[in-house]
Amino acid sequence: MTFEKILLRNVDLPNSEKIDVYLERRGYQALRKALYVHTPEALINMVRKSGLRGRGGAGFPTGLKWSFVPKDSDVTKYVCVNTDEGEPGTFKDRLLVERDPHSVIEGTIITSYAVGAHRAFVYIRGEFFMGVKRWMKAIDDAYARGFLGKDILGSGFDLDLSVHRGAGAYICGEETALLESLEGKRGEPRPKPPYPAQVGLYGQPTLVHNVETLANIPHIVLRGPEWYAQIGAENSTGPKIFCVSGHVKRPGNYELPLGTPLREIIYDHAGGIRDDKEVKAVIPGGASTPMLTAEHLDVSMDFESLAAVGSMLGTGGIIVMDEDTCIVDATLRLTRFFAHESCGKCTPCRVGTQRLVDILQRIEDGRGQEGDVDRVLGLCQGIMGHTFCALGDAAVNPTLSSIKHFREEYEYHIEHQRCIASS
Amino acid sequence: MPPEELEDVPSRSPTEEQTRRSMLLTALYIAQEQYGYLSEEALQRTAERLNISLKDAYSTASFYSLFQIQPLGRYVIQVCEGLSCHLAGGAERLVEYIQRKLGIEVGQTTPDRLFTLQTVQCLASCGTSPTLRINDELYEDMTPEKADRLLDQLAGR
Repeated sequence: MTFEKILLRNVDLPNSEKIDVYLERRGYQALRKALYVHTPEALINMVRKSGLRGRGGAGFPTGLKWSFVPKDSDVTKYVCVNTDEGEPGTFKDRLLVERDPHSVIEGTIITSYAVGAHRAFVYIRGEFFMGVKRWMKAIDDAYARGFLGKDILGSGFDLDLSVHRGAGAYICGEETALLESLEGKRGEPRPKPPYPAQVGLYGQPTLVHNVETLANIPHIVLRGPEWYAQIGAENSTGPKIFCVSGHVKRPGNYELPLGTPLREIIYDHAGGIRDDKEVKAVIPGGASTPMLTAEHLDVSMDFESLAAVGSMLGTGGIIVMDEDTCIVDATLRLTRFFAHESCGKCTPCRVGTQRLVDILQRIEDGRGQEGDVDRVLGLCQGIMGHTFCALGDAAVNPTLSSIKHFREEYEYHIEHQRCIASS
Repeated sequence: MPPEELEDVPSRSPTEEQTRRSMLLTALYIAQEQYGYLSEEALQRTAERLNISLKDAYSTASFYSLFQIQPLGRYVIQVCEGLSCHLAGGAERLVEYIQRKLGIEVGQTTPDRLFTLQTVQCLASCGTSPTLRINDELYEDMTPEKADRLLDQLAGR
């Protein structure tokens, strides 16, 4: 069955990033409807009813997040568009921003109207130079057509939107670190609570949303929450962009309903495994989500089903590894990433991740010592739950999940000083 | 923040100091562009303009990987060595090839200060790996042959 694309419906059109192309595709009609037909309160209810959950990794219900923002009209509030995509295995937000920036802008304006924010910021990953250019051009054009600025479409609602470029730090995708960075500081996460919806940028209520989350909003407003809620699974509604990479024949972004079986995504959409090999392991939602194995291929790709098998939907970044992959090597690479990106604020994460890399490295190099697997597990216990932000927990997931499923490979490495996969 | 302070979250705009501080990353990008890297002088000038201490400017700059405290080559080559690029095959081959071609190791700059070679983690292009970045340009589906032509082109050969 082919699924009618919603979020990626424009990206393959010529000049899809241009405002005129977007307008021809019913662009900014949802904004008009939001401003003229609905009250902010009604919009919040619509998004709640749609069941939309955040697409940046945490999966928090979007409407609920909106309802946490104080209603007082005299309180300064902000909306931030999180374009700091950096979770290994994830490449969907970059696509949306480069090829369909207006859908994200429209979602941002509607969101700002719903919570009464008059100032919004795009925080974009410093490496996304093309994205920065596309954002800036799209925002200029939106101003020129009256979708941004004073008295938007004659509604009396004002909103300013500007771009802020990050400078290379994975942690700034974490919402409170993002706010610190927007304020011109080191991107070190803040303790939560208070949550940004109450105390955020400059101490004011702030909504931070992922790009893909915002791109859903115009469709919910235009076609209604009931239409939206019938897409996907029961508590995981709507479409999702799955990014498939690794040992597949056709890596790429595939938009499908939440709840699509992992097997279908890998074999029907991404073309199956290269050289028709077998699947050994799959990371379902970006580097920080626990690894699964070939046994889990029938899992439905939604929040609940993945939690039930001990993993997470995360960003929907699916990394596929074939039968010849060295699990220790893959785990080492993922862990090295987290060790590098640890901001250094919390000792268990700063020191623990580095120590984890050291031990994994020696196992990989054939210098593993007896007891190293338990040593590694002990380290993970020391990091997990002992850090300000989720990076600590994320950093131990590759190790914990790979030992859970492939412990014998670690033992083989230690005992034989080489990999079972290459023997 | 204790609850009593939450009570009086005022309807306020950022202070002038907060607004100025928020310009720091942008100002550092400009300084880096003008000076080639964030030398002490560049950081000093930036700090003065924003009325913050040199220590503060340095502390922030050093947090972010795109800010360079040391002088680098005119072209900074960043090869992605994330898991997806590794699995797709060719990321290591690419690094080895560039090392051989330029006669430098990862982290080094060529003696003519034209190229610096770095490895980075995930450029959010896992579907078109292996990938590399040179200054602000992203290059996808890379091979040693493509890298060879690209580097020759940049070197004006």
